[in-house]
Amino acid sequence: MVEIKTADELNKKFLREGMWPTIFCNGCGHGVVLEYTFWALEELGLDMDKVIFASGIGCSSRLPGYINADGLHTTHGRAIAFATGIKAANPDFHVIIFTGDGDCAGIGGNHFIHAARRNIDMTVIMINNFIYGMTGGQLAPTAPLGSIATTAPYGNIEHPFDISNLACALGANYVARWGVSHPYQPIKSIKEGLEKRGFSLLEFLAPCPTAYGRRNKLGDIKKHWAWYDDNTILIEDYEKIMKYGTEEEKAQVKDKIQLGVFQDIQKPGFFESYEKLVDRLREKETKAKEGKK
Amino acid sequence: MKYKYDPKRIREVLGKKVQFLLGDMACVYGGLLAGCSFFGGYPITPASEVAEGMARRLPRVGGTYIQMEDEIGSMAAVIGAAWGGAKSMTATSGPGFSLMMENYGFAAMTETPCVIVNVQRTGPSTGQPTLGAQGDMMQVRWGTHGDFEALALAPSTVQECMDFTIEAFNLSEKYRNPACVMTDGEVGHLRERIIIPDEKDLKIIDRVTATIDKEKYIPFTNSQTRKSKVPDFATFGTGYRTYVTGLTHNEKGFPATDKQPDHERLVKRITTKITDDADKLVMVEQLNLDDADVAFVTYGATARPAESAMEMGRKNGIKVGLLRLKIVWPFPDKLVTNLAKDVDKIIVPEMNLGQMVHPVREFAENHCEVISAPKIGGEMHLPMELYKYLEGK
Ligand SMILES: Cc1ncc(C[n+]2csc(CCOP(=O)(O)OP(=O)(O)O)c2C)c(N)n1
Ligand code: SF4
Ligand SMILES: [Mg+2]
Repeated sequence: MVEIKTADELNKKFLREGMWPTIFCNGCGHGVVLEYTFWALEELGLDMDKVIFASGIGCSSRLPGYINADGLHTTHGRAIAFATGIKAANPDFHVIIFTGDGDCAGIGGNHFIHAARRNIDMTVIMINNFIYGMTGGQLAPTAPLGSIATTAPYGNIEHPFDISNLACALGANYVARWGVSHPYQPIKSIKEGLEKRGFSLLEFLAPCPTAYGRRNKLGDIKKHWAWYDDNTILIEDYEKIMKYGTEEEKAQVKDKIQLGVFQDIQKPGFFESYEKLVDRLREKETKAKEGKK
Repeated sequence: MKYKYDPKRIREVLGKKVQFLLGDMACVYGGLLAGCSFFGGYPITPASEVAEGMARRLPRVGGTYIQMEDEIGSMAAVIGAAWGGAKSMTATSGPGFSLMMENYGFAAMTETPCVIVNVQRTGPSTGQPTLGAQGDMMQVRWGTHGDFEALALAPSTVQECMDFTIEAFNLSEKYRNPACVMTDGEVGHLRERIIIPDEKDLKIIDRVTATIDKEKYIPFTNSQTRKSKVPDFATFGTGYRTYVTGLTHNEKGFPATDKQPDHERLVKRITTKITDDADKLVMVEQLNLDDADVAFVTYGATARPAESAMEMGRKNGIKVGLLRLKIVWPFPDKLVTNLAKDVDKIIVPEMNLGQMVHPVREFAENHCEVISAPKIGGEMHLPMELYKYLEGK
């Protein structure tokens, strides 16, 4: 049985002393994701000496700095590749990557694709705020059509990137997307992702009131939260409507962002396969030696 | 895979003591002997043989090989592996080396030991993929943004490809800085006899790991256990819970990006930890310099025709000697100044349009004439071409 801790107790256990206050603005969603991660870690009871964090560059990528654990704050977009090396050096580690939509789906897309394809054992937590927050609000690859960014002053004309969908296509073992307004599913999914061998992606839709909200008439945080409610739908509901709904109902949900667990499979992870390869070579060599005797 | 360094097993995997081996493969041997347990790479001519050699052997010694998606990822994975506790390396050539530059700087800033083998080919851009060059000698020194110190060696023989890869690991471990083996397509694709050291003859230097109490440990400051500017290394998973960032950081490793003294303190330490040891970091070969009037200053593949030209010169009564740089960076400045005082002329043959000739000229301090002897296009200098410089053309 896990003992339920208060938020204060959790923070005491998991936060790194001396890094306070955070760089985050009021209303930023990043801190919420951090809190959910603490809950998941607490409930799993992992040895925090063996949980290693990595991140790229961006507001979201600052999260490992606030955690009392080993953390590698790397270069923009490359955290997943760095983490591949960390995990290779010691497969006993639980490796968690915090990344942003710009960091992961933009500049780091190729590393993301290949880590998912290789099914590298790691948990990627991508915080999607539809914007480049840290640099002041430039266009992100996940930005909704028509949204405003400093570099899309007349509205975004590019189709947004559905990173969860991509991860599924690549055969990632676990893929889930949630908003951050309700704690239960996100925490459960982080736990499931961490327990999975192989690649897991957790995409969280989280507000950036400063760089995204203000420009998109969602500066008021309540409005921002309401936007998520109006523009997202649970996968199950979406599928039901698409199957049994009227044309009108279908049209209403067609463009909504689906939330839920998209994929939960058990393909062998990279290091599991690598270990088998090493064993196979060893056996072959032993046999060859015995043959010579 | 939990790797355990087992030199006996490594020797067994490498095979016979004397071999006729490819330069690139000698880098593989050197890496394995030094205890490299992670290789992340991306194929590129003329360096692919290093990755291929590692892919074949690393799993047999308990290490991990991963072909990454590009050279940015390769360099990243290599640094990650180092923080994960491994000795790690990658190998590439010009275009890949260019892609590695951002993370090369990250390694310097975060004091991460790792080794890059650059089998140089001609450039700029895709250049002549199969042909050797020495065009990245300044890139290795200045190619990433900001101030840092480079550690780089240039092998002239296949034997040195192996020996210098071991040495690169040793330097990188000792100084907690990336180290580069600046070989080239000529030496990398050369086959020569090499002698592989026995276990007992291996001289391997390992990082000084953190042993101090966890509460007292300071990750980015002078060593807390000996007199050195190189911090004791607490790799991940050892309980020290280190935060590592490429941002300017204070001694605790926390971002400290808005004050001048923090940046100066950090960057001065990570550069002077190497420059303070400049005298110890001189590794050269000196031939016939005692009575020389004229000297070749050379490195890597080019040292081979330069030595032949020197021998021709000596036969014809010209008092010519040769200084070959084995460690190119840090540059042996005092040695070159002293040489310039002793000779009338220094000739610097290079397979580029003149790169290392610049520090040679700087440190010759006008004591003698310094001439660049460039040749590009993927052909080595002929001894005769260099001999002509001795006769004053
Ligand atoms: C190579 C490189 N290019 C550009 C930048 C500048 N940069 C820093 S953060 C960032 C965007 C981060 O966006 P995201 O990952 O979505 O993080 P957020 O701040 O929104 O959480 C950019 C472009 C950089 N640091 N490095
Ligand atoms: S700019 Fe946006 S993402 Fe960055 S801290 Fe502020 S609210 Fe959060
Ligand atoms: Mg963002």
